[in-house]
Amino acid sequence: MTTTQLPTPRHAAAPGPVAPVPSVTPRRRRAGYLREQVSGWGMIAPAAVLLLAFVFLPAILGFGLAFTNARLISPRPVEFVGTDNFARLFTDPTFWRALLNVSYFAVVVVPVQSCLALAMALLINKKFRGVNFFRTIYFLPVVTSMVVVSLLWLFMYRKDGLINEILSAVSFGLIPGADWLNDPATAMPAIIALSIWQAAGFHMIIWLAGLQSISGELYEAAQLDGASRWHQFRYVTWPGLKHTRSLVLVTITIQALGLFDQVSVMTQGGPLDSTTTIIYEAVRSGFKQQETSYASAISLVFFVLVLLISAVQRYLTREKD
Amino acid sequence: MKNAIRLSSAGAMAVRILFAAVAAFPIVFMLVSSLKPDQQIFGDMSSVAAFLPIGNISLDNYTAVFDRVPAARFLINSVGVSAVTVVLGIFVNSLCAFALSRMQVRGKKVVFTAILATLIVPFQTLALPLVWWVNQLPYFELNGFSLEISKGWLDTYQVQIIPFIANAFSIYLYHQYFESIPKELDEAARIDGAGWFKIYRQVVMPLAGPATATVAILTFLPAWNSYLWPLMVVQSEELRPVMIGIQYFFQLNVSWGEVMAYASLITVPVVVLFIAFQRSFINSIASSGVKG
Repeated sequence: MTTTQLPTPRHAAAPGPVAPVPSVTPRRRRAGYLREQVSGWGMIAPAAVLLLAFVFLPAILGFGLAFTNARLISPRPVEFVGTDNFARLFTDPTFWRALLNVSYFAVVVVPVQSCLALAMALLINKKFRGVNFFRTIYFLPVVTSMVVVSLLWLFMYRKDGLINEILSAVSFGLIPGADWLNDPATAMPAIIALSIWQAAGFHMIIWLAGLQSISGELYEAAQLDGASRWHQFRYVTWPGLKHTRSLVLVTITIQALGLFDQVSVMTQGGPLDSTTTIIYEAVRSGFKQQETSYASAISLVFFVLVLLISAVQRYLTREKD
Repeated sequence: MKNAIRLSSAGAMAVRILFAAVAAFPIVFMLVSSLKPDQQIFGDMSSVAAFLPIGNISLDNYTAVFDRVPAARFLINSVGVSAVTVVLGIFVNSLCAFALSRMQVRGKKVVFTAILATLIVPFQTLALPLVWWVNQLPYFELNGFSLEISKGWLDTYQVQIIPFIANAFSIYLYHQYFESIPKELDEAARIDGAGWFKIYRQVVMPLAGPATATVAILTFLPAWNSYLWPLMVVQSEELRPVMIGIQYFFQLNVSWGEVMAYASLITVPVVVLFIAFQRSFINSIASSGVKG
């Protein structure tokens, strides 16, 4: 590789006796090398310092604070309390409820949303008139912020709201409306529906990127062999999406575990803790009750969950390679 | 055979239209409702009129939003915070990626690995320790000619910007892109006597347009939509971004038409941007999937 060598100074290329060059070049080279080190580190420094201050340090702090009694604003010095926060956390029924709720959320959202997103991607993968129109429409919910989406659906989920009106119109009044967000049985399904609606377009694009990486020749060969649409999907598309598949699954799962905005805007964890989540509990204790240490302990548990899922994904994809 | 294919493509089109209707109806409902008085919104709900701008249409809800809360201030705050984060983010992250990918800096492999390692930490994990931490940081304020030092970054603009400038994923994207630009260009520029910063500014960055578009979108969207972080660190009304503003507005028990007007107001600019830069938007989301 020529790139590992320093560029030759301009005058060295000039014709003439070669003898004096060795005495000049090493010094020149050292100066160039030093300058490269100094400017290189100068360019890396701003980003590195910021990441150190706002990612590494808080991550380590969060780990440390989880074993103390730190509060956001407190006159008392921070003290080490061992595993007290975790002992409290694991005996707190609300925490277990939160864990159960996000598991419920993930178990429904992951398969349903990834299937819908794949269906959408397949529908717009081919070239046809108006493909851009459909792409734009499918993607529209993604660029709408979750806070706006939550307020909008809060309105639609009212007892006299749009969802109940649509249900009664399509069933000719057979389906009685529900008070979706105020009933512990329907609050989480209602949040699940709007979450899938908002994020499916995002994963559609990732599926689409995967679909377009599959070679068209494979489909041509399959068609020559007389493979049906379903066989083409089963033996060409599905295996071709192997990496995209695990990627989509792991991103949806991690996003599902981090459920927060919808709950914060729509239900505040209610009714009867039926929609409370891990992050919502962390924010409630850390921000509203200012118990930084307890919130850090919750965050740490959340991080361990995310790591576990990433590790499982890594293990599963390696096995197949 | 031909008929069968026609039929299946007609079926596919029907499914496409059904999906499009499901994706669009809440947004159409929001925009249409923002133009109607409350009584009519509820009256229209049982018919197709809920999705049509007919009847008593006016911009009254929009003027009411600006009368009730400093919505213009919230909008300016969000535009300002997002713009500064995007511009500084592009500069700081591309500069770092430039040194890591195109210069022979000792120890760069370790630095790059450490930067990529931060990708695994979700922001939700960092948020609470970060609140505690920024509250310990010193705050410098120039008051006339004397420099005043106080403690704590809570309730400032900087706390909404500075922690989000450096971003490992942006550095990674720029790094990947810079690797694809021939290194001979740098050598040629150096032979012409250009310094490293000049190569960065005049040779490499002008060629990195697509990477810059991706980074700009992936920085802008979370900055504009951010909710969890400002909820924790911003108290004063005059510093609020739009997403905190709308939640506060909602709690004032105003009419639904007004809430929908505010919601449309903060959604339409992003939708317009999205339609204008559709290709870049979709590419940036597609590449953001690569990080998992």
